[in-house]
Amino acid sequence: MAIYVDKEKCTGCGSCQEACPFGLIDIIDEKANIKIEGCTLCGVCSDGCSFEAIRIEREIEKALIGDDHRGVWVFAEQYRGEIRSVAYELLAKARALAATLETGLSAVCLGQNVNHVEQLVAFGADKIYVVDDPIFADGSEDPYVFELVRLIKQYKPEIVLAGATPFGRSFFPRVAAQLNTGLTADCTGLDIDTEKRLLLQTRPTFGGNIMATIICPVKRPQMATVRPRVFKKNVPDASHKGETIRVDFKKASVTSKTKLLNFIADLTERVKLEDADIVVAGGRGLGKPENFKLIRDLAAALNGAVASSRPPVDEGWIPYSHQVGQTGKTVCPKLYIAVGISGAVQHLAGMQTADCIIAINDDPNAPIFQVATYGIVGDLFQIVPLLTEKLKNA
Amino acid sequence: MNIVVCLKQVPGTTEVKIDPVKNTLIRQGIKSIVNPFDAYALEEGVRLKERYTGKVTAISMGPPQAVDMLRDAISTGADEAVILSDIAFAGADTWATAYTLGKAVRKINNFDLVICGRQTIDGDTGQVGPELAEMLGIPFIAYVSKVEEITDRKIRVQRMAEDGYETIETTLPAVITVVKEINIPRLPSFRGMTKAKTAQVPTWKAEDIGAEKENVGLAGSATQVVKIFFPKIVQTAEMLKGDAETQINSLVAKLKEAKLI
Amino acid sequence: MDYFLTEQQKMLKQLTRRLAEERILPVRAELDEKEEYPRAIIKDIADADLFRVFIPEKYDGLGGGTLELCLVVEELSRICGSVAVSYAVTALGAYALLLYGNEEQKQKYLPLIASGKKLCAFGLTESAAGSDAGNIKTTAEKTTDGYLINGTKQFITNGGEADIYTIIALTDKTKGARGASAFIMEKDTPGFTFGKKEKKMGIRSSTTRELVFRNCLIPTENLIGKEGMGFIITLKVLDHSRPGIGAQAMGIAQGAMEAAIDYTQQRIQFGHPLISLAVVQHILANMAIKIEASRALIYSVGRYIDSGAKSFTEEAATAKVFASDTAMEVTTNAVQVCGGAGYMRDYPLEKMMRDAKITQIYEGSNEVLRNAIAVALRKRKGRNA
Repeated sequence: MAIYVDKEKCTGCGSCQEACPFGLIDIIDEKANIKIEGCTLCGVCSDGCSFEAIRIEREIEKALIGDDHRGVWVFAEQYRGEIRSVAYELLAKARALAATLETGLSAVCLGQNVNHVEQLVAFGADKIYVVDDPIFADGSEDPYVFELVRLIKQYKPEIVLAGATPFGRSFFPRVAAQLNTGLTADCTGLDIDTEKRLLLQTRPTFGGNIMATIICPVKRPQMATVRPRVFKKNVPDASHKGETIRVDFKKASVTSKTKLLNFIADLTERVKLEDADIVVAGGRGLGKPENFKLIRDLAAALNGAVASSRPPVDEGWIPYSHQVGQTGKTVCPKLYIAVGISGAVQHLAGMQTADCIIAINDDPNAPIFQVATYGIVGDLFQIVPLLTEKLKNA
Repeated sequence: MNIVVCLKQVPGTTEVKIDPVKNTLIRQGIKSIVNPFDAYALEEGVRLKERYTGKVTAISMGPPQAVDMLRDAISTGADEAVILSDIAFAGADTWATAYTLGKAVRKINNFDLVICGRQTIDGDTGQVGPELAEMLGIPFIAYVSKVEEITDRKIRVQRMAEDGYETIETTLPAVITVVKEINIPRLPSFRGMTKAKTAQVPTWKAEDIGAEKENVGLAGSATQVVKIFFPKIVQTAEMLKGDAETQINSLVAKLKEAKLI
Repeated sequence: MDYFLTEQQKMLKQLTRRLAEERILPVRAELDEKEEYPRAIIKDIADADLFRVFIPEKYDGLGGGTLELCLVVEELSRICGSVAVSYAVTALGAYALLLYGNEEQKQKYLPLIASGKKLCAFGLTESAAGSDAGNIKTTAEKTTDGYLINGTKQFITNGGEADIYTIIALTDKTKGARGASAFIMEKDTPGFTFGKKEKKMGIRSSTTRELVFRNCLIPTENLIGKEGMGFIITLKVLDHSRPGIGAQAMGIAQGAMEAAIDYTQQRIQFGHPLISLAVVQHILANMAIKIEASRALIYSVGRYIDSGAKSFTEEAATAKVFASDTAMEVTTNAVQVCGGAGYMRDYPLEKMMRDAKITQIYEGSNEVLRNAIAVALRKRKGRNA
């Protein structure tokens, strides 16, 4: 990666100096001088040079097309040194995809001192690429983008999957953009068209009212993100063997300008929502913020977590960290109790894979009853306190 | 401060129907609106302009009728608007869209911040923002819920995380996507409406922004849709009968039986 | 009915309606319940440029007239007459400046009013001077340093919230009504305090307070017009603002009728929606007839005033009386046809009825206005009446 000023063509006019968004260009002795450190090769200077005196060499440019791409990869996202469950869920699905394609399955883990990385093998990976460096723990996404692009270009997988977590949905598109390849977000289904050796990516659109199946026929790799808890992870198999490849991270080549300064936790949850076995959720039917007490009481009686559909969060009745749905969290508990929630598609997207769903609503036509296991049509203000009482004495 | 805001016109409701014969969307009778998250992006742009003085340019890649949405943007504070409308842009996936928007932003030049909504309500991918940042080769921050401060070529924001907020700083120019917690979009002002009525909204085509034909629209799209269908919805709930007392007894019994409690 | 409004006027109506539906409708019941001044909504109204409507372009306004003011008040009132009056009274308080202020005063105050940064109020009424406005006792004693104001005003809308007050006080106690003058009084003037907030039947989110002046010294430049012009100014100001109150009443009536139609379409009794009953239909039809008549009258009077008419006391009074009586009748009937629900505070009807009542009382009670109309009729001695 480099940027060069052709001193013969350069007239020292200074247009590049004015154009550079980072202020990295000086005119010295009537010639442009570019400070390499800090330069992101954005190209504004060379675009604006009327004398074509600035040349940029990027490694990325042309699409990676080709039959020489083989292998299924799963990006194993870690958070604060712990591999996220979605990585294991993806490995389960990817294992099946790799088998159909008769190719290998690898996991990529970028982080610092990530615990139990070898577990990725037990959950299905034939290979694990581990890049261990403090830079992956300082809160910036940029090194992840840089390194994953580099690894993909080096090892040329045909498919790369990542979890559609907030992190995944933010950094993965940047990888796809740099690789000039296709990315399908939030897939709920992944299959193989064996005839064409293509990944069939199925996802919801229009808030979940329409499903679309998408392919990436030419460009490689085929990239997709999948929501947590859409696929179920396998039981770990300690007998499964795999290779761990430790990759050295080349520090100098990444200039990240983004810094994490601070993290403020939302401490209103006592039981962590995504991990809870039992979730009690309230919706617009509660009417007033004070009525969330009914939900909290019921959750307490069940030792479960408290959640919400979108409208109460929008109204400010409960913080966003409790929101379940399309623009909130996806949960897959053993028991999900939806109170005063109509069951709009966007909410269902976040909870419909729960094992057992109980819906309490006064409207018999509420869509929630279409995904519920058991439904109670009635007045929640009567039913919920009674249920709480009964459970306390049970 | 020169701010560019990306807007997309989307169907007014996501309750859409499919023509069973043609396997295409039935779009009649559904009015178009600005993608709700983009309205928040625009409002934030206007607020930042008011706070730091500057200019807001609204852009949209879409069909000619999206110009109405851009006029609305002017009535709520955008200083200028441009529509990127060309047959060649049609059928674009997120990469090709980001490419096209990137070329337009380059043409606008002199920008400090690009603001997008976190995702559209029709595509729901949330990919154009980050991909646009890569096209422009500039930093990117997603899910911004507050812009704390802009000083000295740096921007400091609060980003919504799963369990709280992160404070993040990066250099300008940058691309950010915003969530609706960030502000409440304003109503138009009368003067804004008057200005919007007579405002010139130029149309830029592929050649106007120097976009290569093989990178825009369908031609530039790595992904294609091969099938669309309705998700299967089956009425599965066993409705518990009786009065409240009976229903609850019944429920508790079933939960105990399933060893859920 | 098409009133051939201009593009601008239609835009104004449309913008105000949107503001009312998006910002006022969700909170109107709560504002009424808590008797809370709608500060955030007043800001929204200001941001939408609606305070500019009645200010000339020269002073950063939109250069609209009485008709434009009525359009805005109507649309606000259709959703909430209480928020509407907080807006309308600023126009009332600004009119003295608009009509009789000198250039310095206009330059100083009008742009601030246009931006919505400063609200206005009109201080005329006192405990002994309601309909008998000439009976005011507040005095303005001329001194070398300015005018010293002493007295108490009662029932002043926007009292405490406004920054700019038009005060009517006696500069010459011997001349009766001819001895009154109009002044600009700013909020933080030493000696100027506010009495308690009144508890009212309706328009509860609007703030009504006493204004108390104890040796308030205001600069000589704050005199509007000349000494002795106080009542001429008052009468002219009220003539200008009365159609606006008519619009407030008409808007409230419109909102009540719409709510009544909605309800009677849904409410099923004896197997049929209430609206299928001839009795209910006639009640609704009578509402529609009188509301439309109010509207036509108010718009006509607005246009007449804006055409530059010199004298329009009778016309303005007619519009206000008819519209306010209509509003009381319509809202009462609206509560009636909605039955029990109409009476419940969970439904908007009863508030509309409570809000409508004041329109028959303030800015010239309908009795006093009928007197004024009769005076005009008598002057014409029956011929061409």
